[in-house]
Amino acid sequence: MNKTTEIKKDVTILFAGDSGDGIQLTGTQFTNTNALFGNDLSTFPNFPAEIRAPQGTLAGVSGFQLHFGSEQIYTPGDECDVLVVMNAAALKANLKNLKAGGSIIANTDGFDPKNLKLAKYPDGVQPLEDHSLDKFKLYTIDVTKMTKTALADSGLGTKEIDRTKNMFVLGFICWMYNRSLETSVNYVKEQFRKKPEIVEANTKVLKAGYHFGETSETFTTRYQVEKAAMPPGVYRNIMGNQATALGLLAASKLSGLEMFFGTYPITPASDILHELSKYKNFGVKTFQAEDEIAAITSAIGASFGGALGVTSSSGPGIALKGEAIGLALMLELPLLIVNVQRGGPSTGLPTKTEQADLMQAIYGRNGESPVPVIAAYSPSNCFDTVIEAARLAVEFMTPVFFLSDGYIANGAEPWRFPKEADLPKITPVFATINSKTEDGKFLPYKRNEKLSREWAIPGTKGLEHRIGGLEKEHETGNISYDPANHEFMVKMRQAKVDKIADYIPLQKLESGPEKGKLLIVGWGSTYGSITAAAKQAVAEGIEVSHVHLRYLNPLPKNLGEILSNFERIIVPEMNNGQLVRILRDKYLVPAEGFNKIKGEPFSTKEILGKIREAVLVS
Amino acid sequence: MTTTYTAKDLVTDQDVRWCPGCGDYSILKQVQTVIPELGIEKEKLVFISGIGCSSRFPYYMDTFGMHSIHGRATAIASGLKATRPDLSVWIVTGDGDSMSIGGNHLIHLLRRNFDVNILLFNNEIYGLTKGQYSPTSERGKITKSTPMGSVDHPFNPLALCLGADSTFIARTMDRDPVHLRTTLKRAHQHKGTSLLEIYQNCNVFNDGAFELFTEKSSKPEEALFLEHGQPLVFGINKNKGIKLDGFKPVVVELEGNSLNDLWIHDESDRMKASLLTRFFGEMGAENHLPRPFGVFYQENRYTYEDAMLEQLEEATSKGIGNLDAMIQGKNTWVVE
Ligand code: SF4
Repeated sequence: MNKTTEIKKDVTILFAGDSGDGIQLTGTQFTNTNALFGNDLSTFPNFPAEIRAPQGTLAGVSGFQLHFGSEQIYTPGDECDVLVVMNAAALKANLKNLKAGGSIIANTDGFDPKNLKLAKYPDGVQPLEDHSLDKFKLYTIDVTKMTKTALADSGLGTKEIDRTKNMFVLGFICWMYNRSLETSVNYVKEQFRKKPEIVEANTKVLKAGYHFGETSETFTTRYQVEKAAMPPGVYRNIMGNQATALGLLAASKLSGLEMFFGTYPITPASDILHELSKYKNFGVKTFQAEDEIAAITSAIGASFGGALGVTSSSGPGIALKGEAIGLALMLELPLLIVNVQRGGPSTGLPTKTEQADLMQAIYGRNGESPVPVIAAYSPSNCFDTVIEAARLAVEFMTPVFFLSDGYIANGAEPWRFPKEADLPKITPVFATINSKTEDGKFLPYKRNEKLSREWAIPGTKGLEHRIGGLEKEHETGNISYDPANHEFMVKMRQAKVDKIADYIPLQKLESGPEKGKLLIVGWGSTYGSITAAAKQAVAEGIEVSHVHLRYLNPLPKNLGEILSNFERIIVPEMNNGQLVRILRDKYLVPAEGFNKIKGEPFSTKEILGKIREAVLVS
Repeated sequence: MTTTYTAKDLVTDQDVRWCPGCGDYSILKQVQTVIPELGIEKEKLVFISGIGCSSRFPYYMDTFGMHSIHGRATAIASGLKATRPDLSVWIVTGDGDSMSIGGNHLIHLLRRNFDVNILLFNNEIYGLTKGQYSPTSERGKITKSTPMGSVDHPFNPLALCLGADSTFIARTMDRDPVHLRTTLKRAHQHKGTSLLEIYQNCNVFNDGAFELFTEKSSKPEEALFLEHGQPLVFGINKNKGIKLDGFKPVVVELEGNSLNDLWIHDESDRMKASLLTRFFGEMGAENHLPRPFGVFYQENRYTYEDAMLEQLEEATSKGIGNLDAMIQGKNTWVVE
């Protein structure tokens, strides 16, 4: 049969189905296939809130969105070109994300009366047949039947056969986008090494899916997405939480410090624990504590002993850690606090993303308690940023917040990874017997040019001393209730955090002129959509600049100057306006918020719309 | 190993700020006396406390120390010991600090069995906040926050700790320096978490809470001193003993009873230790049981830090991790 091939610059596919349908696996495998082929890409999984929501229901729909292209890709895509649905609930939950004219590939078996009912379609409604989907290209495949046919002689049971359904879909999609099955076949071989019959079955079904595309008369067009022009080098695919874990591992190595990771399971941060607990061969000590408070205080204990103390959580857990963060800042010990933000307040939206803990990180403690805060802007950037957070913690002897969020934590992108030799060194300064004054005294709170004290760890002869949460006297560290000393120390701790601004890079513009009408200021995971929107705006002839902040406390020294060069400043945030208030407070600029608080990231379109509107109005 | 420092070297230049007459003074003195005899290098000693009167303790010990936040000394010590098994870690806490706000960390430390020592100063009151009832205050206690008497049922600290699978529980008192020193030594010798409850008099807010056990006139009748392998004997003339009638402990006169029929203390017997922690009833009742002091229970169980190290050794025995390989992962591709 004659098939034509159409060239596409980029494609967004959403795979959706029941949690049990193997959707995440299909998505990941197709992602890896495209990555190895040479596309740029970005992915985002969408998990149901319940672990085992009833099969076939809307609550049980799991999704995996992949945006890949022959050009630079910044986000997992706003709307999809193709929606692959394994059942009726998956269609119903995701149809709103499909572009007009987009394709639906539906597994007909998932649209039987039972599934339609579970998806809450009214009695007698069959979306695949009632022309309600006419503005889309609808393709139906009875995946279950095809899979059964392919494995008729395999001797496998119905359940096992059913489990390979996702391979049929994967095989078919590979055909549709002109991709070889090699990556997937290798994966299957590796995954089921000990079960040759399962390897064979999966491979067979993969091929069946591929051949179905080739022979079916319904599908006449294949698509080709060429390689992207990416900076040369070796790449891998990486998720944000993975990158955070690897970054922590690297920080421990770069500083020569043993890492102690005290944590308590919480969505969406737990994967960092899962990753790190696999690194025992690096000497990493992970500690699943009894609660959030023990998680951080055990890390403080480890830091006191000279280890790199790290704790991780999400908003609600960070709230519990507040008092201990204050302790770490009084003790002036290094401590890394990882917050993978999620929708709040309270338990909020555990599986959804938000950037609403910025104020909590910067201000959320009793008393005057400044803590440095930095935020990663993409999945792979978690690696560099968490290393930088560790550097600040160790070199400035202070707790440091590293902010990520559910979007970048679970999202993935290609990463031109660095070599250990190219990474920055982290230099702890330990106190020794030589740190004593001429008259033989040890002053634990004596400061160096960074206003940071030395790390005097137990076991160092002659340096016995006591530290604690009570206000301490300058230099001696003795308890002090002296009014002047308290004011001095409060200002000193602030000055120390401010001092960091001398040791971080100046703020650069991501794009656009240094002076002009419109500046977009972002931080964290909005990077992808702002970058893509700014690029598109420029293509439309709109002049717009983009600044993306990684350092949020202290802010880069030249930020005020940059801001003063623009007539209008818009700050898109996935919260009710937090950075925007800080900028207004600090620089007295009329920055405007642009906020989305829906538990989901900004689309490029939304930001672009705002840019267009701003230009029209001004 | 012999140490070269003495009790005097453990004294700091800080003014001790406890109320005159407070039981804490005696405990500080005995700790400073015992420590040099334990053979620990001075710089390896760490005292960690939470918040409360007792938690000021580290300021008065010239060792490494941390006066942390309320209830968390146990958790801080866990992280420290996990990374620094070479240190001798001592936790100083009170009944409020360890059993109210820090209750969770206490029980989890006990089950994990890090090799640390907990000195639990029990004065059955909140001293630092000026006299509210504590989780160990008896029901009906009249305090500032309970003018009509507390309606809380109190904790039985040692029963609680044994319930959390503590590997060492013991009780002593501020007013018996010899016993205090002996039990401190035993606590130190135990490998694993040692929980030493110390009855401590708060002469300002709860004076005389333990006087039945500490005062000469009543001590012999009310306090029972446990010794491993010895029968449970007490009384002014050592004339009384405790015998087990099935599972029920009963007080018997020694006259007419052979010592061999008495309950012989066995520190390794968890069931009996559990009964001993229940010698906790109303004082003064006819034939009531005396309050035991000494080591109730001791068990050798693996420590958390050892088990943690074992896993790391097992993992590294298959090859120390290569960071570059880890960063690279399994699937890579090259862009020319
Ligand atoms: S209040 Fe009580 S426990 Fe506290 S120092 Fe005074 S006497 Fe001692």
